[in-house]
Amino acid sequence: MSNSNQKSGGAPSTGHSWDGIEELTNPVPRWWIWSFYFTVVICIIYWIIYPAWPVGKSYTTGTFNDITYNVVNKETGEATEVTTHWNTRALLMADMQRGKEALKQKAYMDEVSKASFNEILEDPEKMAFARSLAKGIYGDNCAACHGTGGTGVVGLFPNLADDDWLWGGKVEQIQATIEQGRHGYMPDFKNSFNAEQLDAVTEYVLSLSGHSMDKKKVASGKRIFNGQQGGCYYCHTTKATGMVAVGSANLTDSIWTVADVQGAASLEAKKAAVKTVIADGVSRKMPAWSERLSANDIKLLTVFVHELGGGK
Amino acid sequence: MKHDKIEKNLGLLMLFTMVVISIGGLVEIVPLFHINDTIEKVEGVRPYTPLELRGRDLYQREGCYLCHSQMIRPFRDEALRYGHYSLAAESKYDHPFQWGSKRTGPDLARVGEKYSNEWQVQHLVAPRSVVPESIMPNYPWLLKNDLAFADIADRLRALKKVGVPYSESKAEYEANVKEFGAEVAEMLDIQKAQENLIKQAQSGNYDGDANRITEMEAMVAYLQMLGTLVDFSQYDEGHFVQFR
Ligand code: HEC
Ligand code: HEC
Ligand code: HEC
Repeated sequence: MSNSNQKSGGAPSTGHSWDGIEELTNPVPRWWIWSFYFTVVICIIYWIIYPAWPVGKSYTTGTFNDITYNVVNKETGEATEVTTHWNTRALLMADMQRGKEALKQKAYMDEVSKASFNEILEDPEKMAFARSLAKGIYGDNCAACHGTGGTGVVGLFPNLADDDWLWGGKVEQIQATIEQGRHGYMPDFKNSFNAEQLDAVTEYVLSLSGHSMDKKKVASGKRIFNGQQGGCYYCHTTKATGMVAVGSANLTDSIWTVADVQGAASLEAKKAAVKTVIADGVSRKMPAWSERLSANDIKLLTVFVHELGGGK
Repeated sequence: MKHDKIEKNLGLLMLFTMVVISIGGLVEIVPLFHINDTIEKVEGVRPYTPLELRGRDLYQREGCYLCHSQMIRPFRDEALRYGHYSLAAESKYDHPFQWGSKRTGPDLARVGEKYSNEWQVQHLVAPRSVVPESIMPNYPWLLKNDLAFADIADRLRALKKVGVPYSESKAEYEANVKEFGAEVAEMLDIQKAQENLIKQAQSGNYDGDANRITEMEAMVAYLQMLGTLVDFSQYDEGHFVQFR
């Protein structure tokens, strides 16, 4: 401020001088001093209303600034009001129970928690709510495996956006999948088959989905598939359409979840992909979510996933 | 001018600067050591097992903390995304703690058991193979390198020096049995550190390779226990407010 420089021209020098520029002993500007005093006053007000000073093994808790929230007793379900001094944890409780956004969401949540799946699916407003909320929950918890659009990763995590389900596509089945998790397990057949047998079974499996394969090998592969040695029918059924109870894949459609047949360029590559799965087996785990997510969250997710897959 | 003396004596200036700056820290931190409620009384928190501890070391070696915090703050948005806010008790055996404040990636305080071991391995080796949008670096060497654990007992001893209750004597072991139960106390025995590490790696097989103990084994064992020690379902909602 050139102005104050001139006014204070007469102040004594500190004796510091650099290249002819001299440092004077002017006092700091008055507005600055007053702002400083003001912050001191604010500080004292702060001490009064917020937890501030340690006293022995405790601390001053502040006053005029209490927070009230409800605590629901686990056993009786009864809500009691609790009032406590200001602190961020109580603030969170109050925000979850009384915050503007929380209340807005709760109104919908209460309706959803009362409604049956059919009522949600048929009500456009509830569906819109389910979509918007579940999208976030899905993004935070499921997208890392199943992908943001639900398309999954072939071999690792199944596609949820197609109409093909390992564990069933009815809402109740999807709900059970999310709540309890799933373990997709198929034993490895490395030591059960010789190269010729493995080749035959592979030919048979690919023939099921409309690939034209060697007739003789297919016939012998079918025998292995449905016989004691392979025992594939035990999980995949004799029609090879899969079984919801064990989450085995339908081998007769063109959708592949473990073996990357779609991605294979040639018939040889397709055979190699299927062979690897049969030889090495499968063990894939879908985590259980009933402890991490609330019942309502899972309900909304179920509807969301059901819709992703086209809704069966 | 009295401050002439300070201004002209560099050593003195540095000393007084340090004194003034440390006052800010000291008045905020020191009282916490003496206030009863700083660390919540809660069941389940225990020191790391030898394998988890090696995983934690690797977590620090790789600088995961540069992108990931381990501290869920008590806000609604964080509660909805990550779960229950972090308790002080949950990091009472951390030296140094991994709270952090930089979140290029998500908070990891409750990532334990969220994903499968297979996902964790795949994601660490090549994050973009499962999350195409990810900007997390690849850590393929974790799966290639054998885990070094010859010095595991010394690592536990070092932590014991700063107060983590790993046991060396019979009396310390007995105290641990009382505090944590026999199964955990067994894991905290420094004498058995190496044996325990191998046992956990073999039974857990976190890296999916049953024949080797890789660095991945320790890293995934560590990630899978993060935030899982306290069973929050056994406490009333709002229980932990009373400690603040
Ligand atoms: C750690 C990775 C992982 C996460 C996270 C994950 N899943 Fe899965 N999910 C899987 C795997 C693996 C399977 C296949 C299991 C199998 O092979 O049978 C699966 C299967 C499913 C299925 C059954 C698909 C079918 O064809 O029947 C549904 C539905 C599903 N997941 C929904 C979800 C939802 C909703 C979430 C988020 C709350 C989620 N998943 C999070 C790995 C995961
Ligand atoms: C114990 C039950 C079980 C037996 C026995 C079994 N499977 Fe499977 N199979 C499964 C399950 C479960 C899956 C799906 C795994 C998953 O999605 O995680 C599967 C998947 C497959 C796949 C991959 C399908 C895809 O969509 O990518 C092929 C191929 C296959 N099985 C072939 C066979 C053949 C051939 C045999 C007999 C040699 C056999 N299976 C025996 C349970 C079994
Ligand atoms: C450059 C920053 C960066 C570094 C360094 C980094 N990460 Fe990540 N991490 C991310 C980002 C971004 C995501 C979210 C996208 C994803 O899932 O890959 C993430 C996600 C994760 C997740 C999944 C979290 C969840 O809840 O979905 C885990 C677990 C994880 N990282 C572990 C690690 C470990 C262990 C290390 C050290 C070896 C590490 N990260 C280093 C950026 C980083």
